[in-house]
Amino acid sequence: MEHYLSLLIRSIFIENMALAFFLGMCTFLAVSKKVDTAIGLGIAVVVVQTITVPANNLIYQFLLKEGALEWLGMAETNLTFIGLICYIGVIAAIVQILEMVLDRFFPSLYNSLGIFLPLITVNCAILGGSLFMVERDYNFAESVVFGFGSGTGWALALVALAGIREKMKYADVPPGLRGLGITFMITGLMAMAFMAFSGIQL
Amino acid sequence: MSKPRDVLFDPLFNKNPIGLQILGICSALAVTTKLETVIVMALAVTFVIAGSNVSVSLIRNQIPGSIRIIVEITIIATLVIIVDQFLKAYAFGISKQLSVFVGLIITNCIVLGRAEAFAMKNPPGLSFLDGIGNGLGYSIVLLIVAFFRELFGAGKLLGFTILPNVNEGGWYLPNGLMLLPPSAFFIIGLLIWALRSWKTDQIEEEN
Repeated sequence: MEHYLSLLIRSIFIENMALAFFLGMCTFLAVSKKVDTAIGLGIAVVVVQTITVPANNLIYQFLLKEGALEWLGMAETNLTFIGLICYIGVIAAIVQILEMVLDRFFPSLYNSLGIFLPLITVNCAILGGSLFMVERDYNFAESVVFGFGSGTGWALALVALAGIREKMKYADVPPGLRGLGITFMITGLMAMAFMAFSGIQL
Repeated sequence: MSKPRDVLFDPLFNKNPIGLQILGICSALAVTTKLETVIVMALAVTFVIAGSNVSVSLIRNQIPGSIRIIVEITIIATLVIIVDQFLKAYAFGISKQLSVFVGLIITNCIVLGRAEAFAMKNPPGLSFLDGIGNGLGYSIVLLIVAFFRELFGAGKLLGFTILPNVNEGGWYLPNGLMLLPPSAFFIIGLLIWALRSWKTDQIEEEN
């Protein structure tokens, strides 16, 4: 249990997807102008990440890994090289299914998340989560925790940045830095703050 | 019809994908601690953009509108797998250092963005130039960031000592912050500031 708690804390704070690995930066910078939209996108990312990382974990463990196809009598087959195309396919499919399910059963949630769902397919944080899962060889339970944790960490950073940017209206920023430039600076300062978490062990 | 020359050189400074369009920052910043990895990454990304632009442009009239994203993603993923396997075969050390970031070229917004915005509407030749141009625009920003980070963070360039380290009997005390993630954000922020002070039409309106 401690192991999973430690993994959760690490994936949320210490190895924050956005601030330590620069993943999902495009969406991170583009959708952080308002807190409301940031919360919507954040929730969508947590949900998608918690589903796709374990799903890709199953695919990796039972189809792609070296020796995983033993039950088919092909013990030597190693399909890891087509991993990339499988993971992105799974992500695209899950996002599409999620969109249809939400549309059918939870129309109010669909309306609030609607525009962000397709964007998530090309969010590097989602694919990055699956790739890190493969690289670190997580088992199924670990991948569930990691998926949830990394999604939450990303959402947290996004909402925090949006909060700061709303307050930026009152600041007098030099013309050349306005918009994108100052956002990079803020993100850098936030990344420094998050680095204070490094070294925490549970 | 835009001129080939503009298509090739506009993305360098006038319409830089990172500085102006906020594209492709995602996967790239984490590899900028060393010039060596950046050169490999820049070549890989340029190859993928040019390749995907040409392929998408060649079949642009056959792709049905509703499934075009998945077709584009499949083409890009295939090209990235080629790059990944090539690096594993010929540059294993660098491939290890880049770890997941080679795979993340798939979701690099520049690649999909150019395929969607340019290659779907233009003939293969122009699309190829656009791909190369955007690849170069992306590479320039990455090279500048990596240059400063490696020079001030380790006192080296491409592994050669430029500023002799204190630890090795020299005079330069390395700035450890430069090797950590936040410095990349600061350098890009300053770079955008410099670019926009030079090309003043890129300044954003106050909202």
